[in-house]
Amino acid sequence: MNDFLKISGLCAQIDDNGTPKEILRGLDLEVPKGQIHAIMGPNGSGKSTLSYVLAGREDYEVTGGSAEFLGEDLLALEPEERAALGVFLAFQAPIELPGVNNANFLRTAVNAVRRARKEDELDAVGFLKAVRAETKHLHMSDEMLKRNVNVGFSGGEKKRNEVLQMRMLRPKFAILDETDSGLDIDALRIVAEGVNSLRGPDFSALIITHHQRLLDYIKPDRVHVMAKGKIIHSGGGEVALALEAQGYQQYLEAVA
Amino acid sequence: MSGATAISPAIESFLSRAHQGEARILLELQGLPQRRLEAWRYTPLRDLDKTGFAAPDAVSVDEARALLARLAPEALEGHRIVFVNGVAIAALTSLPDTVEVTDLSVPLLADRPLSVLNNAIQQQGIALRVAADVDAGQIALVSLVTNGDQVSTHLAHQITLDTGAKLTLLDIQSGEGAYLANPSLTVSVAEKAHLTHLRVQQDSLEATNLALVNARIAEHGTYDSFTLTLGAKLSRHEVLAHLGGKHAIVHVNAAQLLAGSQHADLTSVITHAAPDCNSRQTVKNVLMDAGHGVFQGKIYVDRIAQKTDGYQMNQALLLSEKAQIDSKPELEIYADDVKCSHGATVGALDDEQLFYLRARGIPHAEARAILVRAFLLDALALVTDEAAYALLDRRVDAWWQKREA
Repeated sequence: MNDFLKISGLCAQIDDNGTPKEILRGLDLEVPKGQIHAIMGPNGSGKSTLSYVLAGREDYEVTGGSAEFLGEDLLALEPEERAALGVFLAFQAPIELPGVNNANFLRTAVNAVRRARKEDELDAVGFLKAVRAETKHLHMSDEMLKRNVNVGFSGGEKKRNEVLQMRMLRPKFAILDETDSGLDIDALRIVAEGVNSLRGPDFSALIITHHQRLLDYIKPDRVHVMAKGKIIHSGGGEVALALEAQGYQQYLEAVA
Repeated sequence: MSGATAISPAIESFLSRAHQGEARILLELQGLPQRRLEAWRYTPLRDLDKTGFAAPDAVSVDEARALLARLAPEALEGHRIVFVNGVAIAALTSLPDTVEVTDLSVPLLADRPLSVLNNAIQQQGIALRVAADVDAGQIALVSLVTNGDQVSTHLAHQITLDTGAKLTLLDIQSGEGAYLANPSLTVSVAEKAHLTHLRVQQDSLEATNLALVNARIAEHGTYDSFTLTLGAKLSRHEVLAHLGGKHAIVHVNAAQLLAGSQHADLTSVITHAAPDCNSRQTVKNVLMDAGHGVFQGKIYVDRIAQKTDGYQMNQALLLSEKAQIDSKPELEIYADDVKCSHGATVGALDDEQLFYLRARGIPHAEARAILVRAFLLDALALVTDEAAYALLDRRVDAWWQKREA
């Protein structure tokens, strides 16, 4: 039995200028420990919404279903509690924080998570050592740490910065929302390397993508096809290849 | 102004303490400024008019020392002048021998109600002069009030910098009780002289602070000021700056952090009366609860003041639905070759930024604090002196932690 991530009948809506708009319509999904899954689907199928709902963004209202993570009711937790528990959302478009120094931000985040996990906080020296090891691993310049968070970063630098945060925060479960960035090969490669470097029995990931190309770099254990707020088909890596060759129509027709 | 208006209890008490002279006559005629005066539209003094203000009692040196340690610990070290309840405490004052104490001679500005009030009941103050090409370092000017219910102080200070002189004035105003502080500072910056004025207004939350700065800056001179407003239930900081020689520079930067029902008004009139001068204003307001910020900034450019470079920016971060900001920039330009810009922004915290921080494990209150500090940064960063910056930073931090607790 899977007690890692189990999503059952998840329904969520967003307020669309006063009218509720249903986006997730009874989504079922399980990701076991140590596995990497991919979700693919056409535009508007609700892929990004799923990532935001799992990370705890407030503008989505969950109207039904459940999401359990490590036996806890994930949807009842604040975003920071989810992060402490080991959920990490890599943003498709990382947010810029003018006036917030990248190193200070990262140290605050790392220590907030360590505090919540009942681990000792890192002092300035300890943090610097840890972050230097990671930036070296990611071929990042230390100069990026001195800048404001994501301000003036190139697309590739933003992705690198997300991966740096992911590695520093040591999540158990990462959600990578790559819905629209499928065309930037460099960015994809950075994300893929980040995920592959964490791959192991204690790390799972859900990769949300529009294009099959990302899956050339990360080999998923399972691929799910999403449409109209539901998972409509699941299979192995061959699903991604079939999608690349024949498109989504075959699956959409099958459920119609 | 109608002379027929009944005299308010406040004015009556002021008149009973006032010196004979023009200021007293103006005070009696005009009373406290009312809302119908355009310059006082956003900051009504109605409540102030209702009760009288007595002269405060003197305090012992021990009391004054304890008060200094409690309210202005930053001034325990280094050169300083300390006033408690409107009186200089000689035992706590230590001035460098690079400055000269001169006689006070504060001009009356008949069209400025705060100057009229200050001048009418002026008690004490200090006049400092720094001789040509002398760097006098930093001096703290500390004005404190204790046992302050229904008392008022009207200190008048003067700073004169001769050609090429330099001084940093750390001006700390604080106190305990429901008092009125009505200080004035007259600044004269000669050619190539440089005054840095860091003002921290952290008066009691029951107090009122009505302060006036009147600065004249000569050729290549600089008056670089930063005000941090954290205290008083009602405050107004009025800055008049006159750029009278080519390439003179004035900075009137500020941060106002207001909570509860605090009201703080920053009013400035910057007069470019010579060519090639530069004026800069960056004013940030962080408004919680029913905090109310006011910014009125006027840049006046005389016909002669070609190549004027004026910049003015007022920004407000509203952290509650009841918080309020009034912003009134004014440009009055008679020269044809000038660069003047002004802007104002009002907004709440950005939900996406907040979510990004929280998604990285940073708790809500801490995430808010990070974004508020980021908002203040472009104003605070204008304070280039490291020790002064650290002082402001600590005061902002302590203020924030107290409000969030």
